[in-house]
Amino acid sequence: MSRLKTLVRNEAGVPQLGGGHALCQGCGVPLVVRTVLNTFTKPVVVVNATGCLEVATTRFPATAWNVPWLHVAFENAAAVASGVESAQRALRRRHALPMEEEVAVVVFSGDGGTYDIGLQALSGALERGHRLLFVCYDNEGYMNTGIQRSGATPFGASTTTSPSGEASFGKAQQRKDMTAIAVAHHVPYAAQATASHWHDLSAKVERAAAAGGPAFLNVLTDCPVGWGHEPRVSLHVLNAAVDSLFWPLYEVVDGRYRLTYQPDTVVPIEDWLRSQKRFAHLLRPEHAAVVEEIQRRVDADWEGLLRRCQGGDPT
Amino acid sequence: MIETGLRLMTGGEAVAEAMRQIDPDVVPVYPITPQTPIIQTFAKFVANGRAHSEIVNVESEHSAMSAAIGAALAGARTMTATSSQGLALMAEVVYIAAAMRAPIVMALGNRALSGPINIHCDHSDSMLIRDSGVVQLFAENAQEAYDLTVLAPRLAEHPDVLLPVLVCQDGFTITHSAEPVELLEDEDVAEFTGDYAAPHPVLDTARPTTQGPFAMPDFYFELRRQQACALEFGLEALTELATEYEVLSGRGYGPLEAYRLDDAERAIVALGSSAGTIKDVVDELRDEGEPVGLLKIVSFRPFPAERAAALLREVGSVIVLDRADSPGGAAPLHAELAAALYGSGSELHGHVYGLGGRDLHPEDIRRIFAGEAERYVGLRGAACPA
Repeated sequence: MSRLKTLVRNEAGVPQLGGGHALCQGCGVPLVVRTVLNTFTKPVVVVNATGCLEVATTRFPATAWNVPWLHVAFENAAAVASGVESAQRALRRRHALPMEEEVAVVVFSGDGGTYDIGLQALSGALERGHRLLFVCYDNEGYMNTGIQRSGATPFGASTTTSPSGEASFGKAQQRKDMTAIAVAHHVPYAAQATASHWHDLSAKVERAAAAGGPAFLNVLTDCPVGWGHEPRVSLHVLNAAVDSLFWPLYEVVDGRYRLTYQPDTVVPIEDWLRSQKRFAHLLRPEHAAVVEEIQRRVDADWEGLLRRCQGGDPT
Repeated sequence: MIETGLRLMTGGEAVAEAMRQIDPDVVPVYPITPQTPIIQTFAKFVANGRAHSEIVNVESEHSAMSAAIGAALAGARTMTATSSQGLALMAEVVYIAAAMRAPIVMALGNRALSGPINIHCDHSDSMLIRDSGVVQLFAENAQEAYDLTVLAPRLAEHPDVLLPVLVCQDGFTITHSAEPVELLEDEDVAEFTGDYAAPHPVLDTARPTTQGPFAMPDFYFELRRQQACALEFGLEALTELATEYEVLSGRGYGPLEAYRLDDAERAIVALGSSAGTIKDVVDELRDEGEPVGLLKIVSFRPFPAERAAALLREVGSVIVLDRADSPGGAAPLHAELAAALYGSGSELHGHVYGLGGRDLHPEDIRRIFAGEAERYVGLRGAACPA
């Protein structure tokens, strides 16, 4: 069966994340969640970090979830998932679980709960080798609290805590390379994906689930409110991230890098910047040097990635 | 010659033995003095196949409690241990563990909070999480630390409680001091403890639950009140379990212990290992004809206010010893007794002692009973700079 048919079949009936939740129109997060969960053929438990997804889907006494769902706090989703995974092993050993089939432990966290406040717990979980899939829906900022800058916010973006102004071009620092940080833990599987390239995302989930150890998926996910674009163009905006090489799609299996998507035509970084209000100030003439710097970084990172994919030294 | 069945061990080792006998499913841990001997001894038991737990060597105490919540709600019997800064770091998640009704058992080796950094005993770590909604039981010695740990899983997992239970033992004074301890037989502990069956395990994918949702002003208050009621019920549950445990062990426990309170005119109220020293002094003073006694609080949370008031009703002078200060306000145990005894007619006095491991000597206790002690017992110099 084709991947699309499988996803559609799994979406039919009782979807794992049902409708009626309060996530914004055009938000990429439910798209990521449903693509990830619909790919699984075995039962899943979802562990969620504090953030938009948690707040918008579980306002007591309602819930949008039809799979077991657990939320404790912001910074500790990976640690909570470590506990669930360890419990499963212990309970299975004393035959105290009702079902035979192994349950997959899937974590959803925003970039704040991954790159910043959740980094320590994630690092510990990756190092300990728990069998779990950590999915970061990376929308490049603290969107739930009102669009503040995070360690994932790109250079030059205007946020409420890195606003552009007479004396500022927006965020003055580079974003972290979180995927490389995950790879440095020697995990069996790590990848970058995005909400718009659903086939690629789903295939990566499948490989991550089969990895036999901790797997990390860094999924660029749009936020129409925080990025400043119309809800209807979400996927076009994400396409621009991929086609400009700002967000390359690749995977790292047991330390070996592989590109999973090569744009037919590489577009200039301005195509990505132009699509969102958070970058609008950069397109004014006085910030031409900032745009040049962004393009230079993107090109250098791409060259480094290609060298990694050829098994070479990234520097 | 030592009585048969008694073994010389520290409080930390005794608790590790209790953990071996309970054989919990999951034990997430992170090292900190003076708790570390507990997890080291227990890790050795697992390494030698004498316990079968999944030890999760987490990267911080915050993650220890977070993993414990995940494991407990997944359906696993879960234990952990910490002290001082470790408890402070995990405090955020301790509150959530109680709110999510995760029946985690935690050994706490009480140690002063920084700063300055210090490794010795006081109760400031316990008091930091006073209002978190967890049960806190204080042991007087290694034997009590062992017995209360054996009792703890049943109390935590009681369907009308379902809360974390902390068994607190004074750092070094109990954790590292060797005393004769009588252990129960492994089979008896296994039978007493039984298997844990979580009411709504997250791992039950056939009956999916949403655990840890977002609650707004329309529901938060009710959920918090339910949680508080569960903690309040803990007094009754502890009393019932202690009765059952006494049949098994011959050792009686309860939320509090009255020591020579009958016809006492002056009584000290205290927590933890100091109770042992106070008992000795009470015996001496009684021999000298002084009508003194001790009320030892075992269950600081839930606090047995009514029973404490009833036991102290005829005592003219009640002296509360706090091993933690509340700068700018009433010390925690003193505040409990002031609330419990309001309108009773007893005089109430309070002292703070033993911060950062400063010893409380029998002579200090004599001065306290005589009404001659300073408010800060054992403090050098003036209470405040001139």
